[in-house]
Amino acid sequence: MAAGDCDAVSIEVGHFALILACAIATVSALAGLLLWRSGQRLAQVLAQASILQFVLVAVAFLAVVQAFVVSDFSLKLAVDNSHSLKPLIFKISGVWGNHEGSLLLWILILVLFGALVAAFGRRLPADLLNLVLGAQSLLVAAFGGFTLFTSNPFARMSPPPLEGSDLNPILQDIGLAIHPPLLYAGYVGFSICFSFAMAALISGRIDQAWARWVRPWTMLSWVFLTLGIAMGSYWAYYELGWGGWWFWDPVENASFMPWLAGTALLHSALVMEKRNALKIWTIFLSIITFSLSLLGTFLVRSGILTSVHTFASDPTRGLVILTILAVLIGGAFLLFALRASSLRQGGLFAPISREGALILNNLFLATAVGAVLVGTLYPLLLDALAGTTISVGAPFFNLTFGALMAPLLLVLPFGPLLPWKRADLVAAGQRLVGAAGLAIFLTILVSALGGISISLAPLGLLLGFWVTFGAFAELIERGRIGRIPVGESVRRLVGLPRTIWSTALGHMGLGLTVLGIVSVTAWETELVTTLNPGETAELSGYSLAFDSFEQIPGPNYMADTGHFTVTAPGGGTKTLEAERRTYVASGMPTTEAAIETYGLSQFYLQLGEPLDNTHVVRIWYKPYILLIWIGALVMAGAGVLSLTDRRLRVGAPQRAAKQVMEPAE
Amino acid sequence: MKRLLTLLALVLCLVMPVLAVSPDEMLDDPALEQRARDISAGLRCLVCQNQSIDDSDADLARDLRVLVRERLVAGDSNAEVEQYLVDRYGEYVLLNPRLNNHTLILWIAAPALLALGLFGLFLGHAASVIHVQS
Repeated sequence: MAAGDCDAVSIEVGHFALILACAIATVSALAGLLLWRSGQRLAQVLAQASILQFVLVAVAFLAVVQAFVVSDFSLKLAVDNSHSLKPLIFKISGVWGNHEGSLLLWILILVLFGALVAAFGRRLPADLLNLVLGAQSLLVAAFGGFTLFTSNPFARMSPPPLEGSDLNPILQDIGLAIHPPLLYAGYVGFSICFSFAMAALISGRIDQAWARWVRPWTMLSWVFLTLGIAMGSYWAYYELGWGGWWFWDPVENASFMPWLAGTALLHSALVMEKRNALKIWTIFLSIITFSLSLLGTFLVRSGILTSVHTFASDPTRGLVILTILAVLIGGAFLLFALRASSLRQGGLFAPISREGALILNNLFLATAVGAVLVGTLYPLLLDALAGTTISVGAPFFNLTFGALMAPLLLVLPFGPLLPWKRADLVAAGQRLVGAAGLAIFLTILVSALGGISISLAPLGLLLGFWVTFGAFAELIERGRIGRIPVGESVRRLVGLPRTIWSTALGHMGLGLTVLGIVSVTAWETELVTTLNPGETAELSGYSLAFDSFEQIPGPNYMADTGHFTVTAPGGGTKTLEAERRTYVASGMPTTEAAIETYGLSQFYLQLGEPLDNTHVVRIWYKPYILLIWIGALVMAGAGVLSLTDRRLRVGAPQRAAKQVMEPAE
Repeated sequence: MKRLLTLLALVLCLVMPVLAVSPDEMLDDPALEQRARDISAGLRCLVCQNQSIDDSDADLARDLRVLVRERLVAGDSNAEVEQYLVDRYGEYVLLNPRLNNHTLILWIAAPALLALGLFGLFLGHAASVIHVQS
């Protein structure tokens, strides 16, 4: 009984901490945005207030985690989403596997980023810091208020039930422990760009120092979002049980749009940092990227978009959240419309130049964002305005998105080879001859070996190889590989700024992802059949034997387990276990596919439902599918590498700026 | 007792999930079956969230898969099968919307945005050239 009292107290302490954090955020927002000219003293107070907000929200969050861990069912959230038999990791991840808890996690990350700016931003001009922390606090106040008034995670239940109703079985997976926090860190990280953009618009001051500050935050958020999306994709791939890795589901699109916009922002902020150009566009992209992040998080919650990701939604909540979004996003764009013209443009350049290439990148990425946005929202608008229901699914997105990405991938390798201001396209082309030749050779080779099952497959391969190898052209050029002794080349390469390496790796990662997508789309094989224990099946040279079948109880489910042996064409054998689980509390079934990795390819096996006393078995061979996620990891790694660049580590922006301002070659 | 068991089996059938394409639905003719798969991938499972009937485990998706195969066996072309389903379930059943009055804006949005962007860049460049000359 004493323990129960103690838990009850911790829940109320958490509740109080969240209320207090919101109150502090409200005051900070008013002070920061209205009195931003007050200088250093206010900046110090706001910085401390930001750190305090983080501590308070962390206390609130831990209180909920505590209630889930000890299965304190006086907390309604725990009753609805937890179960005392659930493994510890899923008790913890269950905290954010629902509407209220995921909002709390969202706010925790929001205040964490605010606290990071406060901690690392001591050297920022006081006026700028006041505005940034003010804008950040405004977001905390708005979403904290929304949480407390409409979706309170601290709602209690009396008398507490003896047992919880468990978490959706599909969410009882290590994926839920990792995917939402990564995704949210990405989404919410862009709030820093948004707050910096607001600060620039309100103060009317924006310069290269601004871009130098914004770019690492953009990069950090982008790295998280890249990992979050890749993780979500792999999770869907192994959990949903039929091996699809991207569905163009509205919620996937909602996370993909900020990623596309964030990628564009990374590139445009580069132009601003190095050449003091594209200021207005960079501000615009900062606002767009965070607005899309907000849409990504909350359009789902509003209940407007229905999808597998929708947690229980109710109309009043939807209306409130839409109002908050309209005021925040609308306000930001109004401010932009009123103040953007006051920002002076600088840095002239010719169309064929590094700047020109980065603008082309932005044009295609921004159009892709538009295409995905229209495709996602159009059915809703048409239904609301004309009463006609249509579906916009994968075939539409593949076509429009693919058509926009093909030219982008085609011109991408030229970008890093073009000097700033004015460039020679022929000279850049000459350095890419090797990459082009290699790409053409490999495309012909692979097409000849694999056969052309889809007419566009060779084009996809060509673009994938081209981007992958083209990424190395700048390294080869700078290392003078083949023209000077090898040792000298290595010394040169090691001495290169990390941003050069980061660009090459990032672009190579994209190429690898493209190659994985093309390969699995064109050459995946599938077999759907019925098997009994003792029987065998064949697919793409792999032989599968169904050894035995048994029913095993798990901690909170019953499992039908099939034991299989797969023999590779080379001869090696592996044993696999595929399961169909039925969860005790909800009666919901899930499938646990068995996946065996061969190099970069995977053999994917799913045990289907029983049919006339035999078992339905589905097997897929997915050639080079791992490249899709390896490419994403390489891209994220490239982002991390860029964050460790000298100019950020040493923290001497003046000197470093001069170094990187030198023309590319 | 036997009737009770039959009843129990029936109820269990309804409760057990039916997963995507089952061997008992599939056609013997591999060419026809492949056509059925291709058509299925472009048809929406009407009771699901954004899934094609080829991927979905819903009962309705199964019914539609069987229907698609029946039409193919009856000798329909791919387009005729699609039209057959559109006549019954409306354009909502198509994952790739047809180009018509309702979807004109949807289809031209991306090309229009790209054209607008290019035009904007052209204007911006022209303005900067004039700026430099003056």
